[in-house]
Amino acid sequence: MSVEEEKPGWTSLPIGAVLVTPGSAERNKTGTWRLKRPILEPKKCTNCLICWIYCPDAAILRGPKTIDFSYDYCKGCGICANECPLKAITMTEET
Amino acid sequence: MSKTALQKIVGMNGDESVAFAAKQARVDVVAAYPITPQTIIVERFSDYVASGEVDTQFVCVESEHSALSACVGSSLAGSRVFTATSSQGLALMHEVLYLASGLRTPIVMAVVNRALSAPINIHNDHSDMMGSRDCGWIQIYAENAQEAYDWTLQAFRIAEDSRVSLPVTVNLDGFTISHAMEGVAVLEDDEAAKFVGERHPLYKLDTANPMTFGAMTLPDYYSEFKRQQAEAIDSAPPVIAGVADEFAKTAGRRYSAFSAYKVQDADAVIVCLGSIAGTARSVAARLRLQGKRVGVVKIWQYRPFPAEELGELLTNVGSVGVIDRAVSFGAPYGAVCSDIASTKELTGLRTRLFNVICGLGGRDVRPSDIELVFHEALRYAAGEPVKEPLSFVGVRA
Repeated sequence: MSVEEEKPGWTSLPIGAVLVTPGSAERNKTGTWRLKRPILEPKKCTNCLICWIYCPDAAILRGPKTIDFSYDYCKGCGICANECPLKAITMTEET
Repeated sequence: MSKTALQKIVGMNGDESVAFAAKQARVDVVAAYPITPQTIIVERFSDYVASGEVDTQFVCVESEHSALSACVGSSLAGSRVFTATSSQGLALMHEVLYLASGLRTPIVMAVVNRALSAPINIHNDHSDMMGSRDCGWIQIYAENAQEAYDWTLQAFRIAEDSRVSLPVTVNLDGFTISHAMEGVAVLEDDEAAKFVGERHPLYKLDTANPMTFGAMTLPDYYSEFKRQQAEAIDSAPPVIAGVADEFAKTAGRRYSAFSAYKVQDADAVIVCLGSIAGTARSVAARLRLQGKRVGVVKIWQYRPFPAEELGELLTNVGSVGVIDRAVSFGAPYGAVCSDIASTKELTGLRTRLFNVICGLGGRDVRPSDIELVFHEALRYAAGEPVKEPLSFVGVRA
């Protein structure tokens, strides 16, 4: 009686829940939890990276002139918008 | 001449015999915290470290929780690991016990059984290990210092076998075994080392080959790992038996899931764990001289529980009195009797079962107490209905 037919069963999983290859967190896209989406106004951004420091995940991506967001992992907590000294980030409803 | 007769006999108490076995097993890491009546194990082992007799990393930690945590990490790194505790110390380890078994880390731990507080008491019963009964560890109960030594050596082989890869506790009764001096037949160091062998971990912490241990699993995987873990302990018995066979060849002393004394034709049998088995056998021997057909089953391997084999053994026994040395508060029976009740159900036993709680907090279990249990069992075997399925023996009203 398998509930999750497509996933490996107990007989084929490595013992003790060991992850034998690193990087599984990267494959596990957690951005679907998000209720609010951060939007950047690029003109206001000075690339000070305060949002990058404060982001509790790794959802702020560094760019040459401005930051960007990784919506694959951003959970919409809004800390970046709250901390941005230039108010360059606004949180909008996810649709 | 038996192999035992050729072995050196050393005067040791139970704690010392365990420390000596751990030394001979050449453990890489010991992380432990002292607690009465386990303290001697840690003291003796630290003596071995201080005098250079072992090449072991001895981690002095600030609590039992840390002790077992350090053991889990060390075991994941591929080390051979040993620790020891008692009572409140085991209770403090409780959450880490489940990490050790869930992460499938071979660790050998001596549990010197002592009552749990309150009221505080340093003496023997089984409430400490029974409180952690479902922690997923293989659980062995020794009757004396010799068994504690023998099982500790075997425990490393069992735990580290890649078909098992689980932690093992070797339980020995506080003071009764831990502090009582006995003549213990010991193997030569190289013989013991050869028997225990090397550890070959399936997975280990290795910077050259990075892996993740202890990752979170959500509802889509957790059940699969628990099912896998159940399989690991359920399929340990053949491995344990294989290790016991090899140990018998090496040491001349044979172990199995339990030891049966005069059970074959018995009308009444006592089932128990640990040091009181000796008292029970001596009373049974005396009653046999009076023509009473009584026997004793001492369970060595409490987890995994040998239900099928016990069911077979007890088929023709009229009545079974199970002695528990811990109270399972609010439950119909104590822990061991619950297992025998399950055995009865699973194997279709028709024996009349009853449960006796005695020997709590170091209360002596006297031959007269055992005799009382046998007499009750004989009455039930003769057809009298079981009027008290659970009773306390040796307790003032």
